[in-house]
Amino acid sequence: MRKVSIIGAAISKFGEHWEKSLRDLIVEAGTKAVVDAGVEGKDIQAIYGGTMASGRFIGQEHIGALIADHLGMNPIASTRLEAACASGSVALRAGYLAVASGMYDIVAVGGVEKMTEVSTEEAAIALGGAGDQEWELFMGATFPALYALLARRHMEQFGTTEEQMAACSVKNHDNGSKNEYAQFRNKITVDDVMNSGYISEPLKLLDCSPITDGAAAVILCAGDKAKKFCDAPVEIAGSGQASDSIALAQRKSLTELSATKEAAKQAYTQAGITAKDVQAAEVHDCFSIAEILAIEDLGFFKKGYGGKAAEDGETVLNSQVSINTSGGLKACGHPVGATGVKQVVEGVWQLQEKAGARQVVGLKNFLTHNVGGSGATAVVHVLRRA
Amino acid sequence: MRNLLPLIWRGNSERYRLLGSKCEHCGGEFFPQRSLCPHCRRGGKIITMPMPRQGKIVSFTLVHSAPKGFELETPYFLAIIELANGVRLLTQIVDSPAERVKTGAFVKMVFRKIFEDDAEGIIAYGYKFKVVQTVEQTPKPAQTKMIQNNPNKPGKPSLKPQKSKN
Amino acid sequence: MQKSGIIGYGVSIPRLRIKAEDIARVWGKDGARISAGLGIKEKAVAALDQDSATFAVESANMAISRAQIDPQKIGAVFVGSESKPYAVKPTASIVADAIGATPNLTAADLEFACKAGTAAIQACMGMVSSGMIEYGLAIGSDTAQGKPSDALEYSAAGGGAAFIIGKAEDSIAVLENTYSFTTDTPDFWRRQHAEFPEHAGRFTGEPAYFKHLISAAKGLMSRMGVNSDFFDYFVPHQPNGKFPMRAAKILGFPDEKVRPSIVVDRLGNTYSASSIIGLASVLDIAKPGQKILLTSYGSGAGSDAFYITVTDKILEKQRHAGETVKQMLEDDKEYVDYAIYAKHRRKIKSL
Repeated sequence: MRKVSIIGAAISKFGEHWEKSLRDLIVEAGTKAVVDAGVEGKDIQAIYGGTMASGRFIGQEHIGALIADHLGMNPIASTRLEAACASGSVALRAGYLAVASGMYDIVAVGGVEKMTEVSTEEAAIALGGAGDQEWELFMGATFPALYALLARRHMEQFGTTEEQMAACSVKNHDNGSKNEYAQFRNKITVDDVMNSGYISEPLKLLDCSPITDGAAAVILCAGDKAKKFCDAPVEIAGSGQASDSIALAQRKSLTELSATKEAAKQAYTQAGITAKDVQAAEVHDCFSIAEILAIEDLGFFKKGYGGKAAEDGETVLNSQVSINTSGGLKACGHPVGATGVKQVVEGVWQLQEKAGARQVVGLKNFLTHNVGGSGATAVVHVLRRA
Repeated sequence: MRNLLPLIWRGNSERYRLLGSKCEHCGGEFFPQRSLCPHCRRGGKIITMPMPRQGKIVSFTLVHSAPKGFELETPYFLAIIELANGVRLLTQIVDSPAERVKTGAFVKMVFRKIFEDDAEGIIAYGYKFKVVQTVEQTPKPAQTKMIQNNPNKPGKPSLKPQKSKN
Repeated sequence: MQKSGIIGYGVSIPRLRIKAEDIARVWGKDGARISAGLGIKEKAVAALDQDSATFAVESANMAISRAQIDPQKIGAVFVGSESKPYAVKPTASIVADAIGATPNLTAADLEFACKAGTAAIQACMGMVSSGMIEYGLAIGSDTAQGKPSDALEYSAAGGGAAFIIGKAEDSIAVLENTYSFTTDTPDFWRRQHAEFPEHAGRFTGEPAYFKHLISAAKGLMSRMGVNSDFFDYFVPHQPNGKFPMRAAKILGFPDEKVRPSIVVDRLGNTYSASSIIGLASVLDIAKPGQKILLTSYGSGAGSDAFYITVTDKILEKQRHAGETVKQMLEDDKEYVDYAIYAKHRRKIKSL
């Protein structure tokens, strides 16, 4: 398997884009990534696009074809991948495997979601399909409820507190305030989170990531050809993916996402590193408790200690490990299918030292962690300078 | 509700009677029903089997912001419960004062309306659970030897997958 | 003809309650006077996720666990109700599926205002006695609706009761005899499209409740050649706390023979379940050999009278396998105010 590098990366602004359609977002991120990579359209040999629920949100399926059409790339092979909120990462992994295998030299990978065409109630139903539609959503369980069930287990077993979970949101808003692409630029306090009103106890409004429109794209290139296009290509040093039961009730443990652990093991092994070699990471904070589970399951902190680490500031910018430098899903926004690719874009910018006010200093290995549903899919990538 | 009628109807025996599955090969018990044993896969032998109607709360949450169709019921409790045979499921907890809804509380099955999103469509009925003060003294049917399907019990080895023919 | 009897019984009562005084307050009436006048302190309220089908299934499950029979042996399910969740689609088939009795059985829903439950019992009696079926399941279940500010709003309540009927020799109580008195009398009705029933005021008394209930009771007693002294318990239909006591007096039953069946003061009127929850409440305490006169009443109008004797199987047949009616009424309940009541009963117009 040959090496694969990222030679171009771009995202659209994340937010409520009433005036932009799904197609507009695809074109925006796609063309900016191509320009960033310094390639021509004709150099791209395949497209991999991730989107979770375009059918439910806008009634449009067949997104692979749509992307190729609107980027003027017909008759290119173009495929849509879906793994709920990890759709972007599985698209990235598919593109990575296609280049690593030698099948293609240059491919485009994108993620997009247009969530604001429907009401928030309808959006909750669409997102509910990431869990067990018939046995969780059908019983009245939204995603906040599923993660709230995980939060309570974590609190009862390890003494994690609502304030510790709030600290994650506070940090993410702080980072988001430094990110011009983020949906939310305002800073918040722990009190703000504690007073934001319960969605599903113990999770409150400010523990939950928002509804967002947005797109992200990267251009992948065979490692030995990357320098032709890019001064500072970023290598995909490790890629891991794993699955778990679709419903929470069938999990072996309710205090960890074992798919995360398995995917991380694969990525670390391939990259030849362990958790302590990672200085910064974008993790899947769909809810604040998810970030705490992530930093434990990825091995940054011992199981049960994630809350304390967040509270003690051990995950802020340029601390022990900078978590969610982009603002995470919470502050940067969570256009579901785009998030996995956006995380990689953030990693590329950080490694290329283009992150401005949120630059992590002394960065060698950047990790991205993307989860589908309540943990039924997890995808981990390790990035480093090529 | 007019959509997904066959899907709803297919789930009747599970929602009305907690009818799950058992693999006669490895003894694993599952709810909802499965057509393939996840441990033995093609080497398994799946039959239907009623689940016990009592259990205890493993985790719970109070939902304030509900999905479409449940808005009138908020706030309502959702919980993951573990039935007497170790099988877990997610369900609403009803008819229980808030102070009694906690991890470890004993619960028993009740039959309720689960979903009714419009006045002209069909109604989906099925299981919810309520907290009971003590484990019920109801007579139990004769129990065949069953392997506990609870991987969270400390020290319990998980069911080994069969030498794979897959 | 072979006799039939009750093999097991079950009752389902919702947890929510509203006091008569809290209803009166909304309409600016004197709550204490109304409550005393009706003989009703409070009534049981079906929650948003409860209806006559859920009460039917819950009471049926309890009856089966008391009866300890294989549900596959139930040959007929009849559900009597005037508040069916579907105007067309039987509750009986939902019950049959939920108890595991399908597919080898017959099933249907019955309507005769508050006596549909006892009509179901009579249907099962006939089918068991004739040897057509081994067991029958008879249910009366309602989530009665009272028009806001109308007198019936204080009594219209939710609940269900179920009886497994089988051979007399296996039963906890033998259905020795039954006699019904039926006429066409318009005292209380609900048109197909109407949300709430209508009633004919004072006409619902003498020419309706009393004429039919007394006639059925007297009719049965005269055919048996006995009078009220013969019975240990009188179990009448209970639309309020006053009518049944007056009926008892007319028939010559002393208060203490009626009181054990009276639940309306704490439950309200559960319509098709009303007299038979009263019966369950008596079966909860009755001793072997005791004799019961059950008399339902359904507007429209008719009354079913039953002579029932308790057997010694009542002790062994796990009477305690379910809660008693008294426990359900007193032990675990939650009071709501009119606003919450209106939400649950969908009386808010846009609901």
